[in-house]
Amino acid sequence: MATRSYTSRRELEQHSFHPAVTVLVPLVAILLQALLPRPFPRLAILDLPLIVTVFFAVSRRNPVAGTLTGASIGLLQDALTNQPIGVNGMAKSVIGYIAASIGIQIDVENLTTRVIMNFGFFILNSVLLFLINRRLLGHSDFHLQWFHELLRAAVNTAVALPIFFLLDNTKRTE
Amino acid sequence: MESFFSRFKNVLVLVAILLAQTIGLAVQVRRPVEAGAPDGESVTLIRYWAVSTVTPLERLFHGFGYNVRHAWSNYIDLRNTRQQNSDLQQQIARLRLEQAALSEDAIQGHRLQALLDFQQHYVAATVAAQVIGTSGNDLSRVLYIDKGAKDGLKADQAVITPDGIIGKLRDVFPHTSQVLLINDQTSGAGVLLATTRIRGILRGSSSGQIVINNLTPDSRIKPGEPVLTSGGDQVYPRGLPVGTIESIKLDPDHQPYTLIQLRPAANLNRLEEVLVITGTQATLPREAQHDLAVGVATAETQAKQLADQQAAEAAAKSAAQIVADRLPSLHDTDDLATPAATAGAAPANPGGVVPKPLPTVHTDRYTQGATPPAADLKPGAPERNSPVKPVAPAAPSTTQPQTTPQQESTNPRQPSPTETPNPQP
Repeated sequence: MATRSYTSRRELEQHSFHPAVTVLVPLVAILLQALLPRPFPRLAILDLPLIVTVFFAVSRRNPVAGTLTGASIGLLQDALTNQPIGVNGMAKSVIGYIAASIGIQIDVENLTTRVIMNFGFFILNSVLLFLINRRLLGHSDFHLQWFHELLRAAVNTAVALPIFFLLDNTKRTE
Repeated sequence: MESFFSRFKNVLVLVAILLAQTIGLAVQVRRPVEAGAPDGESVTLIRYWAVSTVTPLERLFHGFGYNVRHAWSNYIDLRNTRQQNSDLQQQIARLRLEQAALSEDAIQGHRLQALLDFQQHYVAATVAAQVIGTSGNDLSRVLYIDKGAKDGLKADQAVITPDGIIGKLRDVFPHTSQVLLINDQTSGAGVLLATTRIRGILRGSSSGQIVINNLTPDSRIKPGEPVLTSGGDQVYPRGLPVGTIESIKLDPDHQPYTLIQLRPAANLNRLEEVLVITGTQATLPREAQHDLAVGVATAETQAKQLADQQAAEAAAKSAAQIVADRLPSLHDTDDLATPAATAGAAPANPGGVVPKPLPTVHTDRYTQGATPPAADLKPGAPERNSPVKPVAPAAPSTTQPQTTPQQESTNPRQPSPTETPNPQP
């Protein structure tokens, strides 16, 4: 009788990254996010740090790592704004946790899955930011413009796909 | 207990991180009293670390791009430069004339301000800075410039461009500063509607527009009206352009008030270089005074040239008039009437008719008007049947020209017995 080894999907497809990639990719994403809207104001609709957060979270498939990655990137992003530090940190922490949890359950290498996943996370990010601003910070004049948020999610999803394919080359399978 | 932590480790980490950030948010939100105010020391320290990490790279990329653009625009892409230079010189000449025209008004305004003891703050010192980055977040409209505390910048200093105001300094680091744009939702400024002189408060919005939302409906406020800084916020000097009114509608959130949306004078989305106002003064700066003096001198030179030209024209005209008067020629009545009208005298014959002769002292048969009309004469009629009572012509009138003598009566005149009958030929 053949011996069967039951290895979970998480154990089979858990990836890691070189420390330089772990540090530099989020930094470059934040840097580009800060630089691009100056010559191209319409590119302010992009959220490259969130794309990177989702990628690292679903690739590592570790909710703790995803949470910490999201928190770090979000806090660094907050530090460059005039908002209270923690707004993006909280939103990206939640998204990092959920993305890592989803990565355990489903095949995130599939193109369709990536499209749906990214679109959903960007909508979730908008909802979380709305809740944090309205409920925690008390900004009563903060409104959610649904058309704009849907457009933002669509644009970022379109941008996320090639970035995901590019960053796939930096994975190291354990 | 150990199994609980190991089983819910992921969720517990998430909750702990969220809790820590929530406490951090609560601490930050509690302290700042006014919107747009600088952060406390601990938050500023965190921001300083982040900015110190990111801005060197931003400077590197910005410097590379700037040098490439500079080399391209200054050494390679020089098409139409001569035409632009010519246009600019013409523009300078036109502006000099406008400056001359406005300098007198400016001097008069300064005198009146001095009389009223009105304190005006003029921009005395500025620091030019280049924009090196943004916040990268469309909910936070801030910019980073390449000048900081080492260059004499401080928080709450106004940042402008030649087109208008763009914001104020929020956080100032040693070599970098964060500029809070006027269209950020935490931004505000005191403004004045240029035409109606109504004061208002300018605010940014989450959609990136600048609005005035503290004014009640007023029919005098129209779209297109320029909006200036009022100086009441102690940040922006008075009289700087802010924008123009784009639309006016009722504010759905604050019903008695209107929502006046402005179009910013400066293009807030494409900022390359800005000026930070580091000092103001109550009197005009030396350069402005020099410009004003140049304008006054230009105006005086212009006035003198104009007076000389008018005098020369008048002299030439009078000489021509003298020569024309001495020449024996018929004068057109229109030409004669013109100088009389300019001299203020009434025209002698406005209708251009032949002047009437002087009134006759002793009338006789040869007196003008003594001859009856041909229709009343009959061939072979006696002399006494053709009497016409001569009527003394009316005095010359300048208002009602009289071409024919007036006849008081059409009846023939009855000769008196002593009157000698006219001999018939």
